[in-house]
Amino acid sequence: MTARAAIAMGCSAGGLAALQRVLPALDRRLAVPVVVCAHTGSADVSLLVELLGRVSALPVVEAAEREPADPGVVHVAPSGYHLLVEPNAHFSLNVDARVTYARPSIDVLFETAAGAWKDGLVAVLMTGANSDGAQGLRAVRQAGGYALVQDPASAESDVMPRAGLDIAGADACLPLDQIAARLNQLCLP
Amino acid sequence: MDVEDIEIELFVRAMQLRHGHDFTEYAPASLKRRVQQLVRTHHAGSISELNRRLLHEEGFVTRVIEGLSVPVSEMFRDPPVFRALRDKVLPVLASYPEINIWQAGCAHGQEVYSLAILLEEAGLYERTRIYATDFNDAALQVAAEGIYATRDARDWSRNYIEGGGQKSFSDYYSARYDFIKLDQRLRRNVTFFNHNLVTDEVFCEAHLILCRNVLIYFNNALQDRTLGLFRDSLVRGGFLCLGTRENIDFSPSAASFGDIDAGLRIYQAGAGVARPLAR
Repeated sequence: MTARAAIAMGCSAGGLAALQRVLPALDRRLAVPVVVCAHTGSADVSLLVELLGRVSALPVVEAAEREPADPGVVHVAPSGYHLLVEPNAHFSLNVDARVTYARPSIDVLFETAAGAWKDGLVAVLMTGANSDGAQGLRAVRQAGGYALVQDPASAESDVMPRAGLDIAGADACLPLDQIAARLNQLCLP
Repeated sequence: MDVEDIEIELFVRAMQLRHGHDFTEYAPASLKRRVQQLVRTHHAGSISELNRRLLHEEGFVTRVIEGLSVPVSEMFRDPPVFRALRDKVLPVLASYPEINIWQAGCAHGQEVYSLAILLEEAGLYERTRIYATDFNDAALQVAAEGIYATRDARDWSRNYIEGGGQKSFSDYYSARYDFIKLDQRLRRNVTFFNHNLVTDEVFCEAHLILCRNVLIYFNNALQDRTLGLFRDSLVRGGFLCLGTRENIDFSPSAASFGDIDAGLRIYQAGAGVARPLAR
Protein backbone atom coordinates (compact mmCIF):
# COMPACT_ATOMS: atom_id res chain seq x y z
CA MET A 1 0.00 0.00 0.00
CA THR A 2 1.06 3.63 -0.40
CA ALA A 3 2.95 5.34 2.38
CA ARG A 4 0.95 7.08 5.10
CA ALA A 5 0.72 10.89 5.06
CA ALA A 6 0.93 11.99 8.69
CA ILE A 7 1.67 10.84 12.25
CA ALA A 8 -0.21 11.95 15.37
CA MET A 9 1.08 10.92 18.79
CA GLY A 10 -0.51 11.14 22.22
CA CYS A 11 0.87 10.48 25.69
CA SER A 12 0.56 11.61 29.28
CA ALA A 13 2.31 10.35 32.42
CA GLY A 14 5.72 9.03 31.36
CA GLY A 15 5.31 10.68 27.98
CA LEU A 16 8.49 12.74 28.00
CA ALA A 17 10.70 9.67 28.46
CA ALA A 18 8.70 7.76 25.84
CA LEU A 19 9.02 10.55 23.28
CA GLN A 20 12.73 10.81 24.06
CA ARG A 21 13.02 7.19 22.98
CA VAL A 22 10.83 7.32 19.87
CA LEU A 23 11.74 10.64 18.24
CA PRO A 24 15.52 9.98 17.95
CA ALA A 25 14.80 6.72 16.13
CA LEU A 26 12.64 8.25 13.42
CA ASP A 27 14.21 8.26 9.97
CA ARG A 28 15.56 11.71 9.01
CA ARG A 29 14.10 11.22 5.53
CA LEU A 30 10.53 11.03 6.89
CA ALA A 31 8.59 13.55 4.80
CA VAL A 32 5.36 13.55 6.81
CA PRO A 33 4.20 15.91 9.56
CA VAL A 34 4.44 14.54 13.11
CA VAL A 35 1.98 16.07 15.59
CA VAL A 36 2.36 15.45 19.32
CA CYS A 37 -0.14 16.02 22.11
CA ALA A 38 1.46 15.44 25.52
CA HIS A 39 -0.14 16.37 28.82
CA THR A 40 2.60 18.24 30.62
CA GLY A 41 0.67 20.11 33.28
CA SER A 42 2.97 23.09 32.84
CA ALA A 43 1.81 26.51 31.66
CA ASP A 44 4.39 26.65 28.92
CA VAL A 45 5.31 23.90 26.48
CA SER A 46 8.60 25.51 25.43
CA LEU A 47 10.65 23.38 27.84
CA LEU A 48 9.20 20.18 26.37
CA VAL A 49 9.92 21.47 22.87
CA GLU A 50 13.52 22.18 23.88
CA LEU A 51 14.08 18.82 25.57
CA LEU A 52 12.67 16.90 22.61
CA GLY A 53 14.54 19.08 20.13
CA ARG A 54 17.84 18.06 21.67
CA VAL A 55 17.36 14.38 20.87
CA SER A 56 14.86 14.21 18.00
CA ALA A 57 15.92 13.16 14.51
CA LEU A 58 13.50 15.77 13.10
CA PRO A 59 13.18 19.44 14.10
CA VAL A 60 10.71 20.07 16.94
CA VAL A 61 8.52 23.18 17.13
CA GLU A 62 5.43 24.35 19.01
CA ALA A 63 2.43 23.90 16.72
CA ALA A 64 1.31 27.36 15.59
CA GLU A 65 -2.22 28.52 14.87
CA ARG A 66 -3.08 28.79 11.13
CA GLU A 67 0.30 27.38 10.06
CA PRO A 68 0.44 24.29 7.85
CA ALA A 69 1.45 20.95 9.34
CA ASP A 70 4.87 20.92 7.68
CA PRO A 71 6.32 17.59 6.57
CA GLY A 72 9.49 16.40 8.30
CA VAL A 73 8.75 18.51 11.39
CA VAL A 74 7.51 17.50 14.87
CA HIS A 75 4.76 19.90 15.99
CA VAL A 76 3.93 19.92 19.72
CA ALA A 77 0.56 21.12 21.04
CA PRO A 78 0.81 24.31 23.14
CA SER A 79 -0.29 24.22 26.79
CA GLY A 80 -3.80 25.33 27.69
CA TYR A 81 -5.30 24.96 24.20
CA HIS A 82 -6.78 22.12 22.23
CA LEU A 83 -4.80 21.54 19.05
CA LEU A 84 -6.92 20.73 15.99
CA VAL A 85 -6.06 19.86 12.41
CA GLU A 86 -8.31 21.62 9.91
CA PRO A 87 -9.44 19.84 6.72
CA ASN A 88 -6.74 21.73 4.77
CA ALA A 89 -4.06 20.25 7.11
CA HIS A 90 -3.40 23.58 8.82
CA PHE A 91 -3.48 23.88 12.60
CA SER A 92 -6.09 25.65 14.66
CA LEU A 93 -6.41 26.09 18.42
CA ASN A 94 -9.37 26.45 20.70
CA VAL A 95 -10.11 26.97 24.40
CA ASP A 96 -13.22 24.81 24.63
CA ALA A 97 -13.79 22.89 27.85
CA ARG A 98 -11.33 20.20 28.87
CA VAL A 99 -11.93 16.77 27.35
CA THR A 100 -11.30 13.84 29.72
CA TYR A 101 -9.82 16.44 32.12
CA ALA A 102 -7.25 17.51 29.56
CA ARG A 103 -6.50 20.51 27.40
CA PRO A 104 -4.80 19.89 25.05
CA SER A 105 -6.74 16.66 24.61
CA ILE A 106 -5.46 13.72 22.58
CA ASP A 107 -9.05 12.86 21.58
CA VAL A 108 -9.44 16.30 19.99
CA LEU A 109 -6.16 16.00 18.09
CA PHE A 110 -6.83 12.44 16.89
CA GLU A 111 -10.44 13.10 15.83
CA THR A 112 -9.60 16.21 13.83
CA ALA A 113 -6.42 14.69 12.37
CA ALA A 114 -8.55 11.73 11.24
CA GLY A 115 -10.90 14.20 9.56
CA ALA A 116 -8.00 15.85 7.75
CA TRP A 117 -5.85 12.87 6.76
CA LYS A 118 -8.40 10.03 6.74
CA ASP A 119 -6.67 6.75 5.87
CA GLY A 120 -3.36 8.58 5.51
CA LEU A 121 -3.04 8.98 9.27
CA VAL A 122 -1.03 6.89 11.69
CA ALA A 123 -2.05 7.55 15.30
CA VAL A 124 0.19 6.44 18.16
CA LEU A 125 -1.13 6.16 21.71
CA MET A 126 1.48 5.66 24.40
CA THR A 127 1.99 5.74 28.16
CA GLY A 128 -0.48 7.69 30.30
CA ALA A 129 -2.57 7.56 33.46
CA ASN A 130 -5.97 8.42 32.01
CA SER A 131 -8.15 7.40 29.08
CA ASP A 132 -7.73 10.46 26.85
CA GLY A 133 -7.02 9.39 23.28
CA ALA A 134 -9.10 6.20 23.25
CA GLN A 135 -12.16 7.79 21.61
CA GLY A 136 -9.90 9.62 19.20
CA LEU A 137 -8.16 6.39 18.29
CA ARG A 138 -11.53 4.88 17.44
CA ALA A 139 -12.27 7.82 15.12
CA VAL A 140 -8.91 7.28 13.44
CA ARG A 141 -9.69 3.63 12.73
CA GLN A 142 -13.20 4.46 11.51
CA ALA A 143 -11.66 6.85 8.98
CA GLY A 144 -9.32 4.12 7.75
CA GLY A 145 -6.26 5.31 9.63
CA TYR A 146 -3.67 3.08 11.29
CA ALA A 147 -3.77 2.77 15.09
CA LEU A 148 -0.51 1.94 16.85
CA VAL A 149 -0.69 1.41 20.61
CA GLN A 150 2.27 1.03 22.93
CA ASP A 151 2.28 -2.41 24.56
CA PRO A 152 0.87 -1.66 28.03
CA ALA A 153 3.49 -3.95 29.56
CA SER A 154 6.22 -1.60 28.27
CA ALA A 155 4.42 1.58 29.36
CA GLU A 156 5.40 3.56 32.43
CA SER A 157 1.69 4.03 33.04
CA ASP A 158 -0.59 1.53 31.30
CA VAL A 159 -4.04 3.13 31.72
CA MET A 160 -3.94 5.09 28.46
CA PRO A 161 -2.76 2.31 26.13
CA ARG A 162 -5.13 -0.18 27.80
CA ALA A 163 -8.08 2.19 27.30
CA GLY A 164 -7.06 2.58 23.67
CA LEU A 165 -6.99 -1.18 23.14
CA ASP A 166 -10.32 -1.65 24.96
CA ILE A 167 -12.23 1.06 23.16
CA ALA A 168 -10.61 1.23 19.72
CA GLY A 169 -8.47 -1.87 19.31
CA ALA A 170 -5.28 -1.43 17.29
CA ASP A 171 -3.60 -2.32 14.04
CA ALA A 172 -0.42 -2.93 16.00
CA CYS A 173 0.52 -3.13 19.66
CA LEU A 174 4.29 -2.79 20.08
CA PRO A 175 6.82 -2.28 22.85
CA LEU A 176 8.26 1.24 23.04
CA ASP A 177 11.55 0.40 21.31
CA GLN A 178 9.79 -0.91 18.18
CA ILE A 179 7.43 2.01 17.60
CA ALA A 180 9.80 4.24 15.62
CA ALA A 181 10.80 1.43 13.26
CA ARG A 182 7.14 0.73 12.48
CA LEU A 183 6.48 4.44 11.84
CA ASN A 184 9.44 4.59 9.46
CA GLN A 185 8.19 1.53 7.65
CA LEU A 186 4.64 2.94 7.32
CA CYS A 187 5.59 6.45 6.25
CA LEU A 188 8.67 6.12 4.07
CA PRO A 189 7.82 5.86 0.37
CA MET B 1 -17.96 13.93 1.25
CA ASP B 2 -19.00 12.00 4.34
CA VAL B 3 -22.53 12.21 5.67
CA GLU B 4 -21.64 14.09 8.84
CA ASP B 5 -19.89 16.84 6.87
CA ILE B 6 -23.01 17.23 4.74
CA GLU B 7 -25.11 17.47 7.90
CA ILE B 8 -22.80 20.21 9.24
CA GLU B 9 -23.19 22.18 6.01
CA LEU B 10 -26.96 21.89 6.32
CA PHE B 11 -26.72 23.01 9.95
CA VAL B 12 -24.76 26.11 8.92
CA ARG B 13 -27.30 26.84 6.16
CA ALA B 14 -30.20 26.45 8.59
CA MET B 15 -28.60 28.86 11.05
CA GLN B 16 -28.07 31.33 8.23
CA LEU B 17 -31.36 31.07 6.34
CA ARG B 18 -33.72 30.47 9.23
CA HIS B 19 -32.07 32.54 11.97
CA GLY B 20 -29.67 34.98 10.29
CA HIS B 21 -26.60 33.70 12.16
CA ASP B 22 -23.58 33.33 9.91
CA PHE B 23 -21.14 30.55 10.82
CA THR B 24 -19.92 29.98 7.25
CA GLU B 25 -16.49 31.44 8.00
CA TYR B 26 -15.83 29.69 11.27
CA ALA B 27 -12.83 27.34 11.38
CA PRO B 28 -14.44 24.00 10.46
CA ALA B 29 -12.74 21.67 12.94
CA SER B 30 -13.81 23.55 16.09
CA LEU B 31 -17.29 24.18 14.71
CA LYS B 32 -17.75 20.48 13.96
CA ARG B 33 -16.77 19.50 17.51
CA ARG B 34 -19.16 22.03 19.00
CA VAL B 35 -22.04 20.84 16.84
CA GLN B 36 -21.27 17.24 17.85
CA GLN B 37 -21.32 18.40 21.47
CA LEU B 38 -24.75 20.01 20.88
CA VAL B 39 -26.06 16.68 19.63
CA ARG B 40 -24.98 15.07 22.92
CA THR B 41 -26.22 17.93 25.13
CA HIS B 42 -29.69 17.87 23.56
CA HIS B 43 -29.83 14.07 23.14
CA ALA B 44 -30.55 14.70 19.47
CA GLY B 45 -29.14 11.43 18.14
CA SER B 46 -27.80 13.06 14.99
CA ILE B 47 -27.00 16.44 13.50
CA SER B 48 -29.97 16.02 11.18
CA GLU B 49 -32.25 15.79 14.21
CA LEU B 50 -30.61 18.94 15.59
CA ASN B 51 -31.32 20.61 12.23
CA ARG B 52 -34.96 19.56 12.35
CA ARG B 53 -35.41 21.12 15.79
CA LEU B 54 -33.51 24.22 14.67
CA LEU B 55 -35.94 24.68 11.80
CA HIS B 56 -39.17 23.88 13.59
CA GLU B 57 -38.82 24.32 17.36
CA GLU B 58 -39.57 27.78 18.74
CA GLY B 59 -36.69 29.20 20.79
CA PHE B 60 -34.32 26.27 20.19
CA VAL B 61 -31.86 28.52 18.35
CA THR B 62 -31.07 30.38 21.59
CA ARG B 63 -29.84 27.16 23.17
CA VAL B 64 -27.84 26.34 20.06
CA ILE B 65 -26.15 29.75 20.22
CA GLU B 66 -25.25 29.06 23.85
CA GLY B 67 -23.68 25.78 22.79
CA LEU B 68 -21.77 27.34 19.93
CA SER B 69 -20.13 30.04 22.00
CA VAL B 70 -19.02 27.86 24.99
CA PRO B 71 -17.45 30.63 27.02
CA VAL B 72 -14.46 29.30 28.94
CA SER B 73 -12.26 31.84 30.67
CA GLU B 74 -10.65 32.83 33.92
CA MET B 75 -9.72 36.04 35.66
CA PHE B 76 -6.29 37.47 34.85
CA ARG B 77 -5.70 34.64 32.38
CA ASP B 78 -2.06 34.84 31.20
CA PRO B 79 -0.87 37.15 34.02
CA PRO B 80 2.10 38.55 32.02
CA VAL B 81 -0.44 40.12 29.64
CA PHE B 82 -1.94 42.13 32.50
CA ARG B 83 1.53 43.17 33.66
CA ALA B 84 2.29 44.38 30.14
CA LEU B 85 -1.01 46.26 29.92
CA ARG B 86 -0.21 47.93 33.23
CA ASP B 87 3.37 48.83 32.26
CA LYS B 88 3.12 49.61 28.55
CA VAL B 89 -0.48 50.47 27.67
CA LEU B 90 -2.10 52.19 30.66
CA PRO B 91 0.55 54.95 30.87
CA VAL B 92 -0.39 55.94 27.29
CA LEU B 93 -4.13 55.70 27.97
CA ALA B 94 -3.60 57.96 30.99
CA SER B 95 -2.97 60.86 28.60
CA TYR B 96 -6.58 60.79 27.35
CA PRO B 97 -9.29 62.71 29.24
CA GLU B 98 -11.77 59.91 28.53
CA ILE B 99 -10.87 56.31 27.80
CA ASN B 100 -12.99 53.89 25.76
CA ILE B 101 -12.22 50.19 25.97
CA TRP B 102 -13.95 47.51 23.93
CA GLN B 103 -13.91 43.99 25.33
CA ALA B 104 -14.99 42.04 22.24
CA GLY B 105 -16.34 38.55 22.96
CA CYS B 106 -16.58 39.06 26.72
CA ALA B 107 -18.19 35.63 27.33
CA HIS B 108 -18.84 35.22 31.07
CA GLY B 109 -17.12 38.48 31.88
CA GLN B 110 -14.05 37.31 33.81
CA GLU B 111 -11.81 39.50 31.70
CA VAL B 112 -14.09 42.53 32.02
CA TYR B 113 -13.79 42.45 35.80
CA SER B 114 -10.04 41.79 35.57
CA LEU B 115 -9.72 44.88 33.42
CA ALA B 116 -11.86 46.98 35.76
CA ILE B 117 -9.62 45.98 38.69
CA LEU B 118 -6.50 46.81 36.68
CA LEU B 119 -7.87 50.26 35.81
CA GLU B 120 -9.07 50.89 39.35
CA GLU B 121 -5.61 50.18 40.75
CA ALA B 122 -4.03 52.44 38.12
CA GLY B 123 -6.37 55.26 39.09
CA LEU B 124 -7.90 55.41 35.61
CA TYR B 125 -11.25 53.73 36.06
CA GLU B 126 -13.28 56.87 36.84
CA ARG B 127 -12.73 58.20 33.33
CA THR B 128 -13.04 54.87 31.54
CA ARG B 129 -16.02 53.34 29.78
CA ILE B 130 -15.80 49.61 29.03
CA TYR B 131 -18.01 48.27 26.24
CA ALA B 132 -18.32 44.53 26.85
CA THR B 133 -19.90 42.71 23.94
CA ASP B 134 -20.79 39.17 22.97
CA PHE B 135 -23.20 37.57 20.51
CA ASN B 136 -24.50 35.21 23.21
CA ASP B 137 -27.22 36.87 25.35
CA ALA B 138 -27.08 34.18 28.02
CA ALA B 139 -23.35 34.74 28.47
CA LEU B 140 -23.88 38.50 28.71
CA GLN B 141 -26.35 37.93 31.52
CA VAL B 142 -23.87 35.77 33.45
CA ALA B 143 -21.21 38.41 32.83
CA ALA B 144 -23.39 41.19 34.21
CA GLU B 145 -24.14 39.18 37.37
CA GLY B 146 -20.47 38.51 38.10
CA ILE B 147 -21.10 35.31 40.09
CA TYR B 148 -18.54 32.52 39.77
CA ALA B 149 -17.65 29.24 41.46
CA THR B 150 -15.55 29.56 44.62
CA ARG B 151 -13.28 26.73 43.48
CA ASP B 152 -11.96 29.00 40.70
CA ALA B 153 -11.14 31.88 43.03
CA ARG B 154 -7.89 30.39 44.34
CA ASP B 155 -6.40 30.10 40.83
CA TRP B 156 -7.63 33.56 40.02
CA SER B 157 -6.06 34.93 43.17
CA ARG B 158 -2.71 33.51 42.08
CA ASN B 159 -3.19 34.98 38.59
CA TYR B 160 -4.05 38.36 40.14
CA ILE B 161 -0.80 38.41 42.11
CA GLU B 162 1.29 37.23 39.15
CA GLY B 163 -0.40 39.87 37.02
CA GLY B 164 0.89 42.59 39.32
CA GLY B 165 -2.21 43.11 41.50
CA GLN B 166 -1.58 45.55 44.33
CA LYS B 167 -4.13 44.45 46.91
CA SER B 168 -5.69 41.10 47.72
CA PHE B 169 -8.00 39.54 45.16
CA SER B 170 -10.48 38.79 47.95
CA ASP B 171 -10.95 42.56 48.41
CA TYR B 172 -12.98 42.46 45.21
CA TYR B 173 -15.59 39.83 45.97
CA SER B 174 -17.86 38.52 48.67
CA ALA B 175 -17.95 34.74 49.16
CA ARG B 176 -21.11 32.79 49.81
CA TYR B 177 -20.81 29.01 50.12
CA ASP B 178 -19.88 27.72 46.68
CA PHE B 179 -20.00 31.06 44.95
CA ILE B 180 -18.22 34.37 44.88
CA LYS B 181 -19.90 37.55 43.75
CA LEU B 182 -17.69 40.27 42.39
CA ASP B 183 -18.06 43.77 43.81
CA GLN B 184 -20.78 45.33 41.70
CA ARG B 185 -19.03 48.69 41.93
CA LEU B 186 -16.57 47.18 39.43
CA ARG B 187 -19.23 47.30 36.74
CA ARG B 188 -20.30 50.90 37.29
CA ASN B 189 -18.56 51.97 34.07
CA VAL B 190 -19.26 48.81 32.06
CA THR B 191 -21.92 48.59 29.36
CA PHE B 192 -22.81 45.03 28.37
CA PHE B 193 -24.55 44.56 25.04
CA ASN B 194 -25.04 42.18 22.15
CA HIS B 195 -22.67 42.67 19.22
CA ASN B 196 -21.81 40.07 16.61
CA LEU B 197 -18.29 40.40 15.19
CA VAL B 198 -19.36 38.59 12.03
CA THR B 199 -22.21 40.90 11.04
CA ASP B 200 -22.19 44.08 13.17
CA GLU B 201 -20.32 47.33 12.58
CA VAL B 202 -18.07 49.83 14.32
CA PHE B 203 -19.92 51.44 17.26
CA CYS B 204 -17.29 53.47 19.15
CA GLU B 205 -13.88 55.09 18.99
CA ALA B 206 -11.82 52.82 21.18
CA HIS B 207 -8.42 53.43 22.78
CA LEU B 208 -7.96 49.75 23.59
CA ILE B 209 -9.63 46.63 22.22
CA LEU B 210 -9.24 43.28 23.97
CA CYS B 211 -10.33 40.23 22.03
CA ARG B 212 -8.55 37.19 23.39
CA ASN B 213 -9.09 33.72 21.99
CA VAL B 214 -12.11 34.67 19.90
CA LEU B 215 -10.56 34.99 16.46
CA ILE B 216 -9.06 31.51 16.88
CA TYR B 217 -12.53 30.20 16.01
CA PHE B 218 -12.57 32.13 12.70
CA ASN B 219 -11.07 31.18 9.35
CA ASN B 220 -8.44 33.46 7.78
CA ALA B 221 -10.94 35.55 5.79
CA LEU B 222 -13.16 36.26 8.80
CA GLN B 223 -10.15 36.88 11.04
CA ASP B 224 -8.92 39.43 8.53
CA ARG B 225 -12.28 41.17 8.28
CA THR B 226 -12.59 41.35 12.07
CA LEU B 227 -9.09 42.80 12.39
CA GLY B 228 -10.22 45.41 9.84
CA LEU B 229 -13.21 46.18 12.07
CA PHE B 230 -10.85 46.63 15.04
CA ARG B 231 -8.54 48.86 13.00
CA ASP B 232 -11.51 51.05 12.01
CA SER B 233 -12.74 51.19 15.62
CA LEU B 234 -9.41 52.24 17.15
CA VAL B 235 -8.15 55.80 17.46
CA ARG B 236 -4.76 56.37 15.87
CA GLY B 237 -2.25 54.92 18.32
CA GLY B 238 -4.95 52.77 19.98
CA PHE B 239 -4.07 49.31 21.26
CA LEU B 240 -5.19 45.80 20.39
CA CYS B 241 -4.69 42.80 22.67
CA LEU B 242 -5.27 39.26 21.35
CA GLY B 243 -4.77 35.78 22.86
CA THR B 244 -1.15 34.78 23.42
CA ARG B 245 -1.14 32.02 20.78
CA GLU B 246 -3.04 33.86 18.04
CA ASN B 247 -1.40 34.29 14.66
CA ILE B 248 -2.17 37.37 12.55
CA ASP B 249 0.63 36.83 10.03
CA PHE B 250 -1.81 35.76 7.30
CA SER B 251 -4.05 38.83 7.63
CA PRO B 252 -3.58 41.80 5.26
CA SER B 253 -5.47 44.01 7.77
CA ALA B 254 -2.78 43.27 10.36
CA ALA B 255 -0.38 45.41 8.30
CA SER B 256 -1.85 48.48 9.98
CA PHE B 257 -0.72 47.28 13.42
CA GLY B 258 2.74 47.61 14.93
CA ASP B 259 4.13 45.49 17.75
CA ILE B 260 4.06 46.68 21.35
CA ASP B 261 4.78 43.19 22.71
CA ALA B 262 4.58 40.68 19.89
CA GLY B 263 5.07 37.68 22.21
CA LEU B 264 2.04 38.68 24.28
CA ARG B 265 0.10 39.76 21.15
CA ILE B 266 -0.26 43.43 22.11
CA TYR B 267 -0.32 45.73 19.09
CA GLN B 268 -0.76 49.41 18.31
CA ALA B 269 -2.81 50.80 15.43
CA GLY B 270 -1.02 52.95 12.90
CA ALA B 271 2.26 52.52 14.73
CA GLY B 272 4.04 52.83 11.40
CA VAL B 273 5.64 49.42 11.45
CA ALA B 274 4.11 47.51 8.58
CA ARG B 275 3.79 43.85 9.49
CA PRO B 276 5.05 41.52 6.77
CA LEU B 277 2.42 39.22 5.32
CA ALA B 278 3.21 35.51 5.49
CA ARG B 279 2.94 33.64 2.21
